[in-house]
Amino acid sequence: MHIAEGFLPAGHAAGWTIAAAPFVVHGARAVVKEVRENPESTLLLGAAGAFTFVLSAIKLPSVTGSSSHPTGTGPGAILFRPPVMALLGTVVLLFQALLLAHGGLTTLGANAFAFAVVGPWAGYGAYRLARAAGAGLLPAVFAAVALADLATYVTTSFQLALAFPDAESGLAGALLKFLGVFAVTQIPLAVGEGLLGVLLFRVLTVNARPELERLGILTPAPVATAAGGAA
Amino acid sequence: MTRRTLVNALLVLAVVALFAVPLLIDGGSSEYGGTDAAVTEELEADGYTPWFDSLFSPAGEVESGLFALQAALGGGVLGYVLGRLRGRRTPTPAAPGAGEQ
Repeated sequence: MHIAEGFLPAGHAAGWTIAAAPFVVHGARAVVKEVRENPESTLLLGAAGAFTFVLSAIKLPSVTGSSSHPTGTGPGAILFRPPVMALLGTVVLLFQALLLAHGGLTTLGANAFAFAVVGPWAGYGAYRLARAAGAGLLPAVFAAVALADLATYVTTSFQLALAFPDAESGLAGALLKFLGVFAVTQIPLAVGEGLLGVLLFRVLTVNARPELERLGILTPAPVATAAGGAA
Repeated sequence: MTRRTLVNALLVLAVVALFAVPLLIDGGSSEYGGTDAAVTEELEADGYTPWFDSLFSPAGEVESGLFALQAALGGGVLGYVLGRLRGRRTPTPAAPGAGEQ
């Protein structure tokens, strides 16, 4: 999902920066508000940020013979809603752009839009839809975390296709070409990330029940229910 | 081992298998280059020249070290939080293996 430094034409780089900036600013305010109003959230907020930090650092091999990064933005989007991840995700991208030459400052806006805005919103949307359709917590978490990962890479493909339309087949042809590089490789990674998200929420439902109830993820039970309710 | 622990262990195994099996089947014929790099190479082959360079580009070994640092920071914080949450659940030092809910 990292478009490398200098690889978007200046106009596109500026456009995506302008597009991403309000989300990131709004996200920063959301984080400050959350910590101020619910100081007990700080721990879980740290977990959400740490999850995306560790997952996006790892390059995983895929069936296509290429490797790619998971994103780890899904759990935070489910727990604290997507704006929070707009900030946390951008912090991750900034770390990688400055220290790892991965992504870049000129492409930070585009990468943030894919990784920290579209991914979390797609995941959150999937989570809400799945829950509304009657899915249990864990299937909804799987769908959300996997989709947050995939949607990020689909967005990157779209951004590249916009900047580099194919000479003959135009935008659609270029989109197919970039999706061919990113999306197929990403599918097993998205599945693996979805499973890790399920594992994380299995641990949280046991150990952080009060927080999950307050955040509306779990409905408060009158008496402590058996673990089967969430599993 | 409780059913919960078993399912968690199976989830970890499934994730490992998901990435280990393609590696084993492949038997070393693929290079596993990054998709990000694949795209930049393609664009450069088409004649695009990046107009801005990274301010700081770590050399190969330093780069893997910094990636490991990123993962370690994330893993460390995640472990700290989960450990604290779990420790909170059993305030008195219980006997090892005492009741999973």
